[in-house]
This record gives sequence, structure tokens and C-alpha cells, in this order.
Amino acid sequence: MRKTTKAVLLGLLLSLCAAGPALSAEQLKLGFVTTLTGAGGVIGKHMQDAANLAYKHLDGKIGGVESRIIYADDQQKPDVARQAVSELIKRDGVQFISGVIWSNIMLAVQPMTERSKVFLVGANAGPSQLAGKDCSPYFYSTSLSNDQPPEAVGQYLQSKKVDNVFILVPNYAAGKDDVRGFKRYYKGKVAGEVYFPLGHQDFAGEITQIRNANPEAVFLFAPGGMGIQFIKQFEQAGLKGRIPVYSVYSQDEVTLPAQREAAVGNFEGRNWTADLDNAANKKFVSSFREAYGYAPSWYAAQAYDAVMLIDSAVRAVGARLDDKPAIAAALQKADFSSVRGDFKFNTNHFPIQNFYLAEIVKEGDEFVAQRRATIFEAHPDAYVGECDMKPLAG
Amino acid sequence: MTAQSLLEQLLNSVQFGVMLFLLSAGLTLVFGVMNFINLAHGSLYMLGAYTGIAAYSASGSFLYGALTGVLCGGAVAFLLDTAIFRNLYQKDHLHQVLGTFGLILFFNALVHWLWGPSALFSRIPEFLDFRVVLMGGLEYPAYRLAVSLLGLAVAAFLYVLIEHSRIGMLIRAGATDRDMVAALGVNIRRLYTVVFALGGILAGLAGVAASPLFAVEAGMGENILILMFVVIIIGGIGSVRGAFIAAILVGLVDTLGRAFMRIALGGLFPPDVADSTAPAMASMLVYVMMVAVLFLKPEGLFAGRST
Repeated sequence: MRKTTKAVLLGLLLSLCAAGPALSAEQLKLGFVTTLTGAGGVIGKHMQDAANLAYKHLDGKIGGVESRIIYADDQQKPDVARQAVSELIKRDGVQFISGVIWSNIMLAVQPMTERSKVFLVGANAGPSQLAGKDCSPYFYSTSLSNDQPPEAVGQYLQSKKVDNVFILVPNYAAGKDDVRGFKRYYKGKVAGEVYFPLGHQDFAGEITQIRNANPEAVFLFAPGGMGIQFIKQFEQAGLKGRIPVYSVYSQDEVTLPAQREAAVGNFEGRNWTADLDNAANKKFVSSFREAYGYAPSWYAAQAYDAVMLIDSAVRAVGARLDDKPAIAAALQKADFSSVRGDFKFNTNHFPIQNFYLAEIVKEGDEFVAQRRATIFEAHPDAYVGECDMKPLAG
Repeated sequence: MTAQSLLEQLLNSVQFGVMLFLLSAGLTLVFGVMNFINLAHGSLYMLGAYTGIAAYSASGSFLYGALTGVLCGGAVAFLLDTAIFRNLYQKDHLHQVLGTFGLILFFNALVHWLWGPSALFSRIPEFLDFRVVLMGGLEYPAYRLAVSLLGLAVAAFLYVLIEHSRIGMLIRAGATDRDMVAALGVNIRRLYTVVFALGGILAGLAGVAASPLFAVEAGMGENILILMFVVIIIGGIGSVRGAFIAAILVGLVDTLGRAFMRIALGGLFPPDVADSTAPAMASMLVYVMMVAVLFLKPEGLFAGRST
């Protein structure tokens, strides 16, 4: 009995696998890898909703042809992501893959897509290796290089002659990258440089150190729950308002609903804000809110741009999906209306873009990041010089 | 380093230690009395936080929210014990680890489904949203002081309960030799349920107390689970007194280590070496302490179990 049940189940599964590709009438298939479960799941939801919105705005025709977005949950684990990407390529036969939130996952899956000659359009993670020596003709990013927002915050504090900054970042690779980016532009005194363990909960000790160092500003990188914890506890300790917090990846539309008043008056360096004044952005923000009932984040903006970029390239080549060199050339042109306004690629396939300083303010019942200053215009990343891009052979 | 900053860091340590104690008191009893490894203890903490916030925002009263969170922690622990854990008590530790790990995944998916993927917002209740001025003009958040005092009160209550009540006597006896207690005609199953519910209540209380300080999100229990096990191993499995001392010790070593390791190393090494080694060493300190304790007293500081 058990054996027959198993055999039937196996048969069903196998026939599903076989029927999947056969049934699909789509010409273009886009695999979208993101984190949909666990603590990182909220970022994945922003990206998935944005990709779905782009799909809707294109009437389901990415590149002007029948298309489908296939979502895969990487569970924030590189091994799960590798398996998902392998299935997307081999089972589903996708021509493009997008998404990918985390740098370690990006570094794990990027070589697989390159080997299979599938275009990978990263919508968030931007490890410096891929912008520099490991740049690839099959890899494009609608995001940024990890240390660019820290560069922008460093530049801003330097230009404002802020002279005593306390640095607080997690003790892992991205934390150290961010400090490097920050110090590339900030040349003033460092009041303290504290590396806390990843997943840190109670910042009371660090907050005491900040109070004693009495800096002019705090530079913070504390993504996800860590940022929520720090911002809440910093306010509870009575330091908010006395010492401004300039953060990267720590106060955005994903964390603000849990930070609320505690974040108001703080600053964040970033490549997109909801109030950017261009038609594509206005359409994106208003229709996103209407469709999903919450405010889009920069993760969402980058995912939306990724789908639109792929659409523009496939349209430009007349949906000849086998002509990879032509698609590569069309991707590089980036001939689409980005929600960030002007959008162009550098030789390493990373965008040359503006960076802004946003202030967290209360708007009605909502907490939003409002653009206050443009710190960099058309800012390239620091690694483009290390990239020797090989043209795609036909 | 001033006397004032030392005092502030000491207060921080005690508060963190007390939070760890609330979490590990239940865990150590369950481990000690039933020889049962419950990885899902952190999920009870998470459920306490989530249900507490839900009731707080629905009713507007923090105390009502707190009561809900505490009761939910206890009720879920009771249900788990009656429905699932009964079947695992007699199994070996591997089965228990696998079973309770599965429950972690289940509860994380459950809160994801019920409350969505975003972290929940929770604020300090208004009557505690101020700062107390202590000696030397040190301003300290009243809420953190209240959490410390609450934890100390719970510790005192548990002390009386375990050392001076009939049920406490049975719990202690159970931790020492559960077979003998059963042989003497005590309903050991009921004792297990009581201990389990008590652990759940404490975890729920910790969740409620933590919610205004920490990010309330799926998986928040796992962040602190490893430290909970460190505490019960240092304190001696089954000993609430040990858990209390160990929790305060871990709080002190962890907080003071992160605060002063850089300063201490700065005197010994050049600044760049100190900068790069201090954070690594500070996060290792707790585990180094555990190794030291295990080396000197393999059963922990207050071994509750003789078998």
C-alpha cells in the first residue's frame, strides 16, 4: 500500500515536472530569487510586489511577448538559493534571473548563471567583487555597490564639516566594507568605532559608549531587526535629538513601520526616495500604494527597475531571445524609464547614479524618508577600475 | 572610563542578565526535571511578544497586553506539553531536538501568516516612558530599570516557590532523581505539565518585557536561544539558582566585555590590532567563560541533577 502510494506520488511529481515546461506558452521566463520566509521575508515581499507591479504595468508582456515571472524563495541561505537557481535554469528554462537580496547569496549563484549563459540582473546585492575583478558579461545590477551609500554619508558629513563621528556597524564583511566606503570620503575625527555582533539585540552598552564619547553624529549600519532595536533604544536613552544618526540600510520603508517616532529627525543615505520627481517614479509609488496598501521601499524600486530594464532590452532586440550579444548590448543601453530618473550603466554593468540624503519625517500617520540633499550626482562605484569587461562573444 | 559610565554599564548588564534569566529559568527546569531539550522555548518568548503587542494595541493598555502575553506563553506551553511533548519525553535527545526544531519552523511560519512578514511596532507604556536621574546626573530609562526590578522580583518569587513550597520540593526532587519521585507515588506527568506551563509563563513574560526594546519579528527567539543554553549550562542544568547567577554573569561579561575590551586591549596592542581583535574577543568572552566553567565544574556551578 505504502509502496503504491509512493509510486503514484512520484509519478505525479514527475509528470508535473515534465508537463510544466510543455504546458507553458510563454516565450520569456524570468526567475526571481528573493527571500520570502524568515526575518528577511519582508524585504522579499517588497521586491516581489514591485516585480508583480512592473509585470502588471507591462500587461504581462515583458519584452512585448507572453511572459511569466517565476518566484523562488532562497530562505536567506546560499545553498537553498543555488538549488532554486539550478531549478529555474534547468527545469523552467528561464532566460533571465533577477532579485537576490544578500551579497553572500549573490556570490554563490552568480557563477551558476554565468556558466549557463543566463542573464542575471541583480536587484539588490552589490558585492564589490562583482563590480570589480569578477565583473561578468552576464551580470547587470539595477542596485548599487554596497559601500556607495556609506560613501555618500561620509561625503555629506565631510562637506558639512562635522568633525567627530561615532561609527557603529556589525562585525562582518559588509560592516567593514561600509566603514571603508565611509572613510573614503569622511576625513574628520572618529569618536569611536564599534563593531557589534551580527544579530545583536541589546545596544545599551554601545549607547552608553556613544553617550560618553559625545560625538557630533553617529554613522550607523544596522540592517533589519538590529536597526529597529538600535533606533528604539537610542531614543529611549534620551539621545535622539541630541546626537543625529546618519544611517545606511537601517531606516527605510521596511523598518520604519516598527521604528516610527524613534526615527524621526534621523538621516539615511540612499539612491532612491519616494519623492523623486519624475513620471516613472510617481506612477510607481502611487500604483504600488494602491495595489498593496503600503509604501514602497528602495528595494521595491530596484526590483521594479530590474523588470523594466529586462523589458526594454528584449523589446529592443525584437524578442530574439537567443541573440545573447544583442540582448547584452541592449541591456547596457538601459533604455527604459527608471524610477530614479536618468539611469545609465558603467562599464562594469553597475549604475552610475545619484545619491541622496533623506530625513525621516512624519507625514500624516506615516513615517517616510524625505529627500533633503543630493550628495553625489552621477556617482560611479569605486571598483569599476578593477573590472576588465569581456565582450559577449556571439 | 568614568565611575558614571561604569555604573551605567553595570545597570545594562543586570538588565540584560535578568532578561536572560526569565528565559532560561523555564528552560533549565524543563531540561533538568524532564531531561527534555526544548529548542522551541524561544518560540514561546516570541509568541509572548506577539500576543502581548496584539492585545496592547487592541486595548490600549500595556498591562492587559502583558497579561495576555504571559498567559499565552503558559497556555501554549501547556498545549504543547499535552499534545506533542508527551510523546517525546521517552525518546532520546536527538528526537527531541528534531521535534522541537520543527516546532520553531512551525511557529515562525505561524506568526508570519498571522501578523505578516514585517516587524511589529511596540512602544514603552506611557507610565514608564521617562528617564530616571541617578547619582552623578546619570539618566537611565525607567523602563529598563523596571525590567530589572521585575526580573529580580520573579527571581525572589521563584526562590520561595522552589525552596519553600511543596511543589518546589517536588521539582527539586524531580531534577535530582525523577524515577525515585515517580516511585514514591507522585504524579510525575502532572508535575511535568506544571513545570512546563511555568516555563512558558516566564518565557511569555520575557517576550512582553522585551517587545518595546527589541525588534518583534519572526525568528526573534532563535537570536537569544544560544545564550539561553549557555546560561543553563554554566548555571547547572535543573538549577534555578544556578540559572540566575549564570544569567547575571553572562550579562555582566557580555556587556562589560563589549564596553571595555577595546580599552583594555588598547593598553596592550597598537590601535589597529586592538580595533580588529576587540570585537571578536568581546563576542567570544561568554563562550570562553562557559568553557572555563565546564573545565572546572563539568556539571555547572549549581548542578541540580545527580544522575
